[in-house]
Amino acid sequence: MKQKKQTAIVDKAVKRKQTIRKLRKYAPLYLCALPGFLYMIVNNYLPMGGLILAFKKYSFAKGIIKSPWNGLGNFTYLFGSKWAKIMFRNTIGYNILFLVLGTVFAIFVAIILNEVKKKAAQQIYQTLILIPHLVSTVLIGYLVYAFLSSTNGFVNKGILEPLGLKGIEWYTQAKYWPFILTIVQLWRSFGFQSIVYFATIIGFDKTYYEAAVVDGATTWQQIIRITLPLLKPTVIILTIMALGRMFASDFGLFYQVPQNSGLLYSTTTTIDTFVYRTLMQDHDVGRSLAAGFLQSILGFCVVMLTNAIVRKTEPDSALF
Amino acid sequence: MAGNNKGFRIFANIIMIFLTLCCLLPFILLLMASITDEATLTLYGYSFFPRVVNFRAYEYLFQSVNKIARAYGITVFVTAVGTTINVFMTMFMAYLLSKRDLPGRNALSFFIFFTMLFSGGMIPSYIVWSQYMHVGDSIWGLILPNLALGAYNVILMRTYFTTNIPQDLLEAAEMDSCSELGMLFRISIPLSKPMLSTVALFSALAYWNDWINGLYYLTRRNDLYSIQNVLNSMMNNVQFLKENTLDASSAQITTQIPTSGVRMAIAVISIVPIMVIYPFFQKAFIKGIVIGGVKG
Repeated sequence: MKQKKQTAIVDKAVKRKQTIRKLRKYAPLYLCALPGFLYMIVNNYLPMGGLILAFKKYSFAKGIIKSPWNGLGNFTYLFGSKWAKIMFRNTIGYNILFLVLGTVFAIFVAIILNEVKKKAAQQIYQTLILIPHLVSTVLIGYLVYAFLSSTNGFVNKGILEPLGLKGIEWYTQAKYWPFILTIVQLWRSFGFQSIVYFATIIGFDKTYYEAAVVDGATTWQQIIRITLPLLKPTVIILTIMALGRMFASDFGLFYQVPQNSGLLYSTTTTIDTFVYRTLMQDHDVGRSLAAGFLQSILGFCVVMLTNAIVRKTEPDSALF
Repeated sequence: MAGNNKGFRIFANIIMIFLTLCCLLPFILLLMASITDEATLTLYGYSFFPRVVNFRAYEYLFQSVNKIARAYGITVFVTAVGTTINVFMTMFMAYLLSKRDLPGRNALSFFIFFTMLFSGGMIPSYIVWSQYMHVGDSIWGLILPNLALGAYNVILMRTYFTTNIPQDLLEAAEMDSCSELGMLFRISIPLSKPMLSTVALFSALAYWNDWINGLYYLTRRNDLYSIQNVLNSMMNNVQFLKENTLDASSAQITTQIPTSGVRMAIAVISIVPIMVIYPFFQKAFIKGIVIGGVKG
């Protein structure tokens, strides 16, 4: 008994010694990685702590710690405005729209791209459909403006007016923007998404297709019976990841593409643009903080929830 | 059978050519808009085949080169410095975590991973960087917030280090009393060039295209605007004029806004470098998208 205790103590001492030896051995590596960790503290962890500001009356002069508490004041203030409902509806609505249409379209393109068969041609197509993914949302805003500007835009001057129709003031009519934003989002993301699916497809076991050809299956039958079922796990994972971002929106898309035009706010305001606008334009920190807080917390809950579901259904694809 | 396949292949090619054109045409319209004569523009608008073409917008840009050249220089500087910082921080963190017997490895990994699950959001981040780190109205406001390090890249890089660098090689180096840092620079980095260049590529693209940091952190110093911020502020001014009736302040803004052709020319110039070098990095770009694809 006593001996056992002694060996345990010795073991512990040996282990500690080993740890110290390792710490010394890796000391230069820890030191080199230190800036990265410090950066994450400042850039990621301090702002997490800053979320308590949602319950405070923030004053830029007093800072995070010294600003007085405000209870749920910011939240009642936020939900007192009509924008609360609009921004949640738009954020979630656009996300679902983009997810469904984006996935269907990307799979379609991936399958089509696979049927091109010639490697060189596939490479060229891939390279070209990724070009929209290379440019900034500011630039995408310019591209859209070239089409939709009411005075010079191609759609009005090049299509509608020559057809004898009246030009449309695109940047003042909110009802068109759900369509415009969806088209722009699909335009710039389909290349990127379809390449992910395409990479999955070319990884499939070729023998399935060879067997199908021997059995006399048409290309169409191969797609329906082999490719789509095999794609299912990838679709599930990507969909779940997208669901985790349900409360996030691309600030650039909703701010730049509609040119932050006030007349379009009812269909273009998402949580991110609302947060920006209330903070930087209206200097209304309270509402902004409350909206940002809800976005962070709800986003986190959705990520945890979706991951729990994946772990139950497809343990291999769980994130953690 | 064979006929069916061939038919399908032609159909696939037609669809792909159509989609490719959809991707390219907006850029061609932008290019045409930048070389359309101003008078023609008022009459016929932006067109794929402008009736009168001239390069006055570009001549004007090269004559009044100061402001644009400065913004360009800032974009190049921010991209170069930011990407360097990003690659080094990513590499060092990933290499540290690739050591299997590292004390505290799990805790440190979780520390990094957690930033992917939860974020404080834009305002706390803005408050921390502007009120506490004082990066506002300085070049660091363009470089540091948000873009300098990504948890996902660290994790990808760590996985690359642990799976693609032969353990025997590292052990042999250790036998020859090579230091841990020596192994990083002599073995791991040379063997990880494809992954490192992918991280660098995506980081550089993010810096080149970023305008959000400038929007938040450059409130007074518009002499520090990057090319994207210049594009953004020109478009804001145009929009401002449309929404507000003419008065003294809008008259002043009017004189500051370049003509439509010049604005479009600046937009064209902002993407030229990317388009010129894209053919050289397109393979790495596609590979990077596939690796990081699940992240989206």
